[in-house]
Amino acid sequence: MDDTPFAPRDFSVHPPPLWPDYRSTHLRAPQQPLLQMPQTQTEMTGPTFGHAALGPLDSDLIVNYAAAGQSAQGPRILVHGKLLDGQGRAVPGKLIEVWQANAGGRYRHVNDGYLAPLDDNFGGCGRCITAPDGSFAFRTVQPGPYPWPNGGNDWRPAHIHFSVFGDGFAQRLITQMYFEGDPHIARCPIAQSIPDAAALDRLVARLDMDRTVAMDIRAYRFDIVLRGRQATVFENKPQGT
Amino acid sequence: MPQLKESPSQTAGPYVHIGCTPQMAGLEARAMGPQLGERMVLGSPTGDRITLDLHVFDGAGDAVTDALIEIWQPTPQGQFTGDDQFCNWGRQATDLTSGQAVFQTLKPGAPVGQAPHILVWIVARGIGLGLTTRIYFPDEDNADDPVLALAGDRAATLIARKTAGGYAHAVHLQGPSETVFFDV
Repeated sequence: MDDTPFAPRDFSVHPPPLWPDYRSTHLRAPQQPLLQMPQTQTEMTGPTFGHAALGPLDSDLIVNYAAAGQSAQGPRILVHGKLLDGQGRAVPGKLIEVWQANAGGRYRHVNDGYLAPLDDNFGGCGRCITAPDGSFAFRTVQPGPYPWPNGGNDWRPAHIHFSVFGDGFAQRLITQMYFEGDPHIARCPIAQSIPDAAALDRLVARLDMDRTVAMDIRAYRFDIVLRGRQATVFENKPQGT
Repeated sequence: MPQLKESPSQTAGPYVHIGCTPQMAGLEARAMGPQLGERMVLGSPTGDRITLDLHVFDGAGDAVTDALIEIWQPTPQGQFTGDDQFCNWGRQATDLTSGQAVFQTLKPGAPVGQAPHILVWIVARGIGLGLTTRIYFPDEDNADDPVLALAGDRAATLIARKTAGGYAHAVHLQGPSETVFFDV
């Protein structure tokens, strides 16, 4: 295990707890500042997952909920990228989970009553474990934008939710991937709650013609960066610091 | 070496169950592997079995019925490495109606330099960056715990309540009894 503590979290890339344009934050944002604490073994460690925990079709949302011989409806896409740490190193062997609406913008969830129909062949749940070079890939269909109750005429940009584990619980991250060129990104209070435009842009996947397969599936590239570790302490650094 | 900034966090949203607790979303029929984190006690491990009963409340005092809670804890021996009998990590969604989340686990032991505790991580609609807090136990000696000491007069918000089968704990996202959340 790497015992180097994680670098302090850079909050300038994360949404603040209270974001008035995102109504659900009003009653859920803590009002006290986060209490700073030193990392202990508790936060430096975290769960590990083996391939045995997953099913053979978990990373293929096109077929993992479909009846035999059928597949999900919508634009076929391959979402791929690398999981990296703050030093740019590949992070292998980590669990990534994704979930999303179907091509019409409807979630397969008891609480989603949007007009767009469910697709009998699409569940919207996928999982994989990053490869030795940190890479990951999911086959899915491009989700549709959908309206949501936020007090006005609000539409979420098309997005895929990502849940990512790191080496330690201090790196645990949930985020969303958006699609290049989506005009809803600039109008979405959830996306716009990220205070730094360059940081938000890193959540926007790019069309990747190099991995696009002719007559089959388009590819989108999405890299994820986990919180990094503190700079290496060199031997000539005074002791006790 | 290049220094890359962490990817921004975004809310888990109200449909987090599809990805993280699929059975709760009604995806029983899917052809996928088991729901991860559902069971922590896997065999007959040494230690005291406890039921940990959690609720999350918003600023209006209403139970949050669409939260996902993960816990990470030491074994009864104070270790963060589990085995085929016990998994140190658990994950439950709060009930879609009652808001209750129940973990069947083992009472944690004391890691070196700390009192027994459980790390709690909460994501939900309206939470942009996952919230990290801790649970300590009312029947343990917490006097020398360095993290609990930092909470000062808010330390009580981190201490669970004893119940017949284990412990219960309420996390308050806002208000006069707001729980302490940490910048780890």
